[in-house]
Amino acid sequence: MCRLALKTASEPFSPFTVLQAMEAMQEGYDGSGLGLLLRGLQFVDYSYKPSDPILSGIAHTEDALFRLHAFMQDRGFGLKYDHEFEVDFSKIEAKDRHKYILRVYNKPVAWASLSPEEIEYQMMLTRLALRKDGEDHGGDLTIFAFWPDVAMIKEVGWPLGVGEALKLDSHRIKSRICMAQGRQNTNWGINLYACHPFFIQGIATMTNGENTAFIPIKDWLTGKGFPAYIGYQSDSEVFAHILHYVVKQLKLPLQAYKHIITPLKSEELKAHPQGDFLLGLRDACRRLIIDGPNAVIGTLPDETCLLVMDAKKMRPATIGGKPGEWAIASEMCGVDAMIPDRDQSLDFQPMRQHTVIVPPDRQEFKIWSQFDQFPLPQAA
Amino acid sequence: MVSIRSIPSTPSSLTTGDLPWIIEHREDRCTLCGRCTAVCPVYAIRLTYMRQRMPRLVLSSSERGSSYRTFVGIRQKTEIANKCIGCGTCAMVCPNSAIKPVPNPMFDRFRFQSTVGGEPIKRGGRRNDPAPGLLDKIIFTRISMLTDPALDAGRHEFFLNTLLGRVLSPEEYIRRKTAGEWIPPVREIFPFIIGSMSFGALSPNMWLGLLQGVAYCNEVLGIPVVMATGEGGCPPWVLKSPFLKYIVLQIASGYFGWDEIIRAIPEMQCDPAAIEIKYGQGAKPGDGGLLMWFKVSKLIARLRGVPEGVDLPSPPVHQTLYSIEESVMKMIQTMSMAWNFRVPVYPKISGSNSAKSVLNNLVRNPYAGGLLIDGIDGGTGAAYNVSMDTMGHPIAANVRDCYLDLCAQGKQNEIPIFAAGGVGKTGNVTQNGMALIMLGASGVHMGKYIMQAAAGCLGSEQNRCNVCNIGICPKGITSQNPKLYRRLDPDQVAQRVAETFMAIRTEMKKIMAPLGRSQSLPIGMSDAIGIGDESAANRLNIKYIC
Ligand code: SF4
Ligand code: SF4
Repeated sequence: MCRLALKTASEPFSPFTVLQAMEAMQEGYDGSGLGLLLRGLQFVDYSYKPSDPILSGIAHTEDALFRLHAFMQDRGFGLKYDHEFEVDFSKIEAKDRHKYILRVYNKPVAWASLSPEEIEYQMMLTRLALRKDGEDHGGDLTIFAFWPDVAMIKEVGWPLGVGEALKLDSHRIKSRICMAQGRQNTNWGINLYACHPFFIQGIATMTNGENTAFIPIKDWLTGKGFPAYIGYQSDSEVFAHILHYVVKQLKLPLQAYKHIITPLKSEELKAHPQGDFLLGLRDACRRLIIDGPNAVIGTLPDETCLLVMDAKKMRPATIGGKPGEWAIASEMCGVDAMIPDRDQSLDFQPMRQHTVIVPPDRQEFKIWSQFDQFPLPQAA
Repeated sequence: MVSIRSIPSTPSSLTTGDLPWIIEHREDRCTLCGRCTAVCPVYAIRLTYMRQRMPRLVLSSSERGSSYRTFVGIRQKTEIANKCIGCGTCAMVCPNSAIKPVPNPMFDRFRFQSTVGGEPIKRGGRRNDPAPGLLDKIIFTRISMLTDPALDAGRHEFFLNTLLGRVLSPEEYIRRKTAGEWIPPVREIFPFIIGSMSFGALSPNMWLGLLQGVAYCNEVLGIPVVMATGEGGCPPWVLKSPFLKYIVLQIASGYFGWDEIIRAIPEMQCDPAAIEIKYGQGAKPGDGGLLMWFKVSKLIARLRGVPEGVDLPSPPVHQTLYSIEESVMKMIQTMSMAWNFRVPVYPKISGSNSAKSVLNNLVRNPYAGGLLIDGIDGGTGAAYNVSMDTMGHPIAANVRDCYLDLCAQGKQNEIPIFAAGGVGKTGNVTQNGMALIMLGASGVHMGKYIMQAAAGCLGSEQNRCNVCNIGICPKGITSQNPKLYRRLDPDQVAQRVAETFMAIRTEMKKIMAPLGRSQSLPIGMSDAIGIGDESAANRLNIKYIC
């Protein structure tokens, strides 16, 4: 079983606090891996400009690192900052780690004329090209993200152990959002790409549970022909891609995500103020209906955080906190560990119809029900 | 040796041992009530006088010799026209279990004489291949053991329905909705559909029973079952009733019954579930419908707008059309227009290597509401034996190829593929249907299975009965003769329809729950299935298991 923890706070904090929460929930997982996503970054030794893209990944060999250099240089990316982790390799289980990459780049001059959307597309293509380069060379280069203000770390081992090995406890990196997931892929062999959170164009999700409708969803997404709808080393990767599809491709409001992955019944939709639109949307997106016991936790580029459950609410998840600081975890003890000094009676466990949204201002979290009307300008 | 001429032997002379079914009659139990001979649909048995020698064992030579007794007994006829069809109706009516048909364990010689009169065998039923089909060998292997709590088939809520009709891509849906443009009609239906069987092929009681059962499933049980008419129209009272919404109206190359339908449109209370355009049928590819004169009663003649008692063969092709592209385009558009684009319209074709081409044509036709592919194991009311036994394409690979083709284009949600042909042939109806769904079908049609389950059809793939074509159906299912169809009580048929669908619904949940699926029908969930036949697994692109 996987364990999930997310913390979002107006004041940047060290990811190590989230790793401690993972430790609190340790009974539930086998310690086979850790995935971390940091958003809203602050470096102790570097003043980061949040529009500069950050490359996250692992170079497993020196050769891969050289190729990476050359690749970025050829395309006109200027290296602005190279974060050196003080790694204690003896504490890392895997033996083929040459360098953990966390590098800030300047965008190529040629991109100056591109629209924001085109730039996003180009960043995605850059990530995919590097990933492919690694795959073409026996997997010697693993790339998790290439995006402004996002850093990702994935490693095999106990979360706290990995954190210590990478000296995350030195608090040199801080962020306003930290997503952490413990445990590797549930269904297949150990593969760094199979580790949550999953990332695509600024959108990230992590999930616990199994996605039994994986193959039909994957087949459908793959058929879309979008270059980044690839991978699927884990059945949970589709949750991130569906969120991306809803928000970026269909340009629907965040609330539509829940309507697409766990639509209401026909009878319920008949009574819904936007039932007519939603019924058609359900049919059109029928292949994206998820079917596992799942809790999905996600974050968006504007630092919005969300939490949704499967349609039968077969997985636990809790949100708690106080204005300016919220924690979401698969276990209540995880929330306790992240924000102990909160009013526990205000904690909330969403039910099947709920989407919990923490807006970027972090003053309160919003509970949105599928039965409610939601803003839908174009189809009103 | 006696002269050959003195023995009544012709090339077509047969003995009872040459026939496919042999009657076993026990004289010691028979009370000569005559019920069996009265009920036999083909007059295969007759009461006849027979003589038995009674030897007398006495010593005095003057009294030696034999005496004879005459008695009345049952004889099986050996004429071609009266060969026993194994229906077992005689056994059913015999009060003393004195008679029953048994299959000939040897290779019967009847098959070589079946062409007497120059006409090859015509019959009803399915391909005579009693072996379990490929579908029966598919098992559901992806048991969701990683994440409990697992689903509970008895207590959790399951979404079992499927969609019939053209579904737009999400982008196009949102665009059209925003622009206020036409959205193609879509029906939410139960994925097991009663396949097309015409009002002429079925008896009025059978048809009524099916419709009653379907209405009960929809209105009382909440199972949105639909049934398809075959070619030949629909009784006017049904057309004008609120039950029309449960009916898929078929139009085929003979256009039989469509005068009545078109005339009824202004008076319809609701739209039909869909329109099925029949281009081909799995049981007899390349043949049109065939209603033999025996079955063209007064009622049928009126419905179809033809004289009574004439053969009604539909042409194999739609005469007004030149190619499948044109055909699909014109027919679909015409039929859509008739109901103002509110009713899904889809073609039915026979399983074939060329199914993919038809499908690709439909993908590009914005009005096409789906594709029904009917495989070689489909049933029919009347066809040449050779067509049934040897023509067509098994359904599994056909559906799979088409589905994967749609996946490659990202269109698998847009054109639903429905599969037919042998679903439930060996009784495993839910398993067969779910296997096809996981191979990529959106739903399945079943005809013969419903006749067997709901009305007790006696037909089998050992060529039992299968006389549906000549109006003598011993169960009254496929006869227009009131004496026969009164044997069938529509209420009882309706009850069996309801029971059948209740059972299918439960079995679907029993299959879906362990796979961890409940929120949507597992269409194309090919990771869930496996087969212990390596070449079939490769062909279908599913797991080989052993
Ligand atoms: S089994 Fe049917 S066809 Fe054969 S003798 Fe009996 S009633 Fe007649
Ligand atoms: S019982 Fe009737 S429907 Fe069934 S095979 Fe015999 S004739 Fe055909």
